[in-house]
Amino acid sequence: MSHPSPESLRREAAAQLAALRNRTLTPKDRLTIPPQPMPSREPTERIHDVQEVALGYSPEQARLEALRCLQCKNAPCINGCPVRINIPAFLKAIAEERDAEAIAIIRQTSLLPAVCGRVCPQEIQCQERCTVGKALKDVRKAVSIGRLERFVADVERESGRFQPPPTKPETGRRVAVIGSGPAGITVAADVRREGHTVTLFEALHKPGGVLVYGIPEFRLPKAIVELEIETLRAMGVDIRPNFLVGRTRRLEALLHDDGYDAAFIGAGAGLPRFLDIEGENLVGVFSANEYLTRANLMRAYNREQADTPIYPGRNVIVVGGGNVAMDAARMALRLGAKEVHLVYRRTEAEMPARIEEIEHAKEEGVQFHVLHAPRRVIGNAAGRVTGLECIRCRLGEPDDSGRPRPVEIPGSEYILEAETLIVAIGNEPNPLLPQTTTGLKADRRGRLLVDPVTNQTSLPRVYAGGDVVLGSATVILAMGQGRQAAAAINAFLAELPPRKA
Amino acid sequence: MHRILEKQQLADEVFLLRVEAPLIARERKAGQFVMVQADTRFGERIPLTIADANPSEGSITLIFQTVGKTTHHLATLNVGDAIPAILGPLGRPTHIETFGTAVAVGGGIGIAPLHPIIQALKAAGNRLIVILGARTRNLLILEDQMARLADELIVCTDDGSYGRKALVTEPLREVCTRVPAPDFCVAIGPPIMMKACAETTRPFRIPTVVSLNTIMVDGTGMCGGCRVTVGGKTRFVCVDGPEFDGHQVDFDNMMLRLRAYKEQEDAAHHQCHLELELARLERKPSA
Ligand SMILES: Cc1cc2nc3c(=O)[nH]c(=O)nc-3n(C[C@H](O)[C@H](O)[C@H](O)COP(=O)(O)OP(=O)(O)OC[C@H]3O[C@@H](n4cnc5c(N)ncnc54)[C@H](O)[C@@H]3O)c2cc1C
Ligand code: FES
Repeated sequence: MSHPSPESLRREAAAQLAALRNRTLTPKDRLTIPPQPMPSREPTERIHDVQEVALGYSPEQARLEALRCLQCKNAPCINGCPVRINIPAFLKAIAEERDAEAIAIIRQTSLLPAVCGRVCPQEIQCQERCTVGKALKDVRKAVSIGRLERFVADVERESGRFQPPPTKPETGRRVAVIGSGPAGITVAADVRREGHTVTLFEALHKPGGVLVYGIPEFRLPKAIVELEIETLRAMGVDIRPNFLVGRTRRLEALLHDDGYDAAFIGAGAGLPRFLDIEGENLVGVFSANEYLTRANLMRAYNREQADTPIYPGRNVIVVGGGNVAMDAARMALRLGAKEVHLVYRRTEAEMPARIEEIEHAKEEGVQFHVLHAPRRVIGNAAGRVTGLECIRCRLGEPDDSGRPRPVEIPGSEYILEAETLIVAIGNEPNPLLPQTTTGLKADRRGRLLVDPVTNQTSLPRVYAGGDVVLGSATVILAMGQGRQAAAAINAFLAELPPRKA
Repeated sequence: MHRILEKQQLADEVFLLRVEAPLIARERKAGQFVMVQADTRFGERIPLTIADANPSEGSITLIFQTVGKTTHHLATLNVGDAIPAILGPLGRPTHIETFGTAVAVGGGIGIAPLHPIIQALKAAGNRLIVILGARTRNLLILEDQMARLADELIVCTDDGSYGRKALVTEPLREVCTRVPAPDFCVAIGPPIMMKACAETTRPFRIPTVVSLNTIMVDGTGMCGGCRVTVGGKTRFVCVDGPEFDGHQVDFDNMMLRLRAYKEQEDAAHHQCHLELELARLERKPSA
């Protein structure tokens, strides 16, 4: 498949914009403006490196796309946004070439627009509710709110105009933030803004959480995450990498001995689930977390310089249908796999991955095997993977999650050959903190129990949010919970008498 | 940054570094380890056991054999240099109890992680029989320290260049047949040695703990690269271990998994030896 070049998309948009200039647009006019495709790199070229695939709108495309917004009075899109960004207002600002204003509107509620514009599942959030998509009877024809969010965030970043938000005078109150993913970043910024002292503890050597170790460069350039971390530093947040709370220091010790007034747990859901089938500890079977961590955090894609090796595999099978599975499959191609097979128990309609990732994966040549379930990993005498036995399925009655349950078709087993098997069937929170903190309560799947309004845990002064509460969720939900928890922490600290730093 | 306070070469290819790490020194317990990174841009993260710690000085002691890129690099560092990233203490501490008589077996570099465990067993009032094994005399480490802690010390070498010419399982079997038999066994060393020790104690039903050193990436439970099969279940060495019931561990699978990157590692190892040699040559004139 070949993509129109960014330049031809820009020229086309410019011509259409010129035709619309000085006209008052009726809703009907707006509905006839063609949806603007995302300029993307050619699949045949991009699978040889890890550089970003989606290139971003030109200003002309952005203006034209923003003009498609009908400015609905009831703004259904806002209700679809977990952090309720004033979407019609920022789209109007873009259409009228007031980009600085557009980003300011987004920043009232969102802290990570350059990230969310790239990775949010817009088609099940704001864009699902969009009237334009409904009118055109295709959610893919909704206004591309996410791409426009990305556009203004990139304009701001590339202009160098972004300034760290001001912080209030020091209160002397201290907050420990555990984990530096989107939830932790949000809390650190919001609490620091109020003048409290913030220490951000991160177990890994590089802050950023999943944004750094999980989501690959080709989808989210690490420079964007680094800028967010730099912003925290500029605000005076003390970042402590290589610090595993629970082991390097227990949470109770931070609160009772080290003088922290409150703590926020944003430790994510980092514990990979395995399939629990025969042969899954054979050499060549990896969790997606391991595969992606080696590739991203440890930079194994850079074979010249990185010390961390990546297991060679000509044929790679990925099990799963979420973003993690797509990322692993696409990374495998970039690391030299000749064939990548994706095995998923249900159909494409049930896949939790973003539509764009599914499309990109297919364009790049990932072969989809839907309605196929893994049964057993097959290995050779040296204990290395040689294939995966699968069985075909059909869709049955809905299960607890409301999705149709896959039902195996007896006798339909077959073997898919591969040297590498990557398991991407989900993650759970790491049990370390509940195990090492007396009274910190979690549910059966390890998710911390919190108050729905304040995000306070079962312990006083301890709050939590993001994947550690929700299980594997999304960046925007992690950020939303972080905001909520930070507001509660700030309110709690405001009640305490001020203290000199 | 963790400054190096002391460096020693204990044997061919075996080095000791005492480094500043006050937080880890304060919290660590016997049996725990750290993840070390010699370069935070492209460097790998490797697990090393904490061989000793001094909380008042704020230091920990690491003992390692030069087997990969990072350990070779660490071997080129000197007092005053620094290690950029050390994460820990990781893993569950050894379960220490007053068992009665404990037999502790250390093979090769495994003698280093055994040291803090023996300290703790001794402090808990156990009678200690220590069996040390090495391929050859100049690969034997920490003999003096062990002699100070042990009630009985048996040393063997594969080639007979020092102590008994035997594999550690030979004296271990003899100890197991004594009356009364030891109440507890801990064995740390190469996987094949741990497997043999577990098989030796199994007929005697002596509880046997082994400490596994698998491939690790993060060391915090995030990747599952360190997983092993114990009693038919998948366990993560970095968070559920590193110590497990030796009678339950699937050593064969573990040994296969340890060789996953053999080809890449062999190529890197050759390169590392050359680099270490170069560093040595470059230092000579000034020394
Ligand atoms: C490969 C992949 C692709 C994804 N793609 C998308 C996507 O396209 N869109 C989307 O919205 N979401 C996506 N997600 C999900 C999204 O990344 C997560 O929902 C989000 O990052 C959760 O944020 P968090 O702050 O709760 O935790 P995380 O981002 O997981 O960060 C937690 C951090 O805490 C650290 N930590 C854990 N325990 C401790 C401790 N005891 N002490 C100190 N530090 C600790 C961890 O090392 C980690 O860095 C993806 C996830 C993965 C793995
Ligand atoms: S080293 Fe990654 S889970 Fe143990």
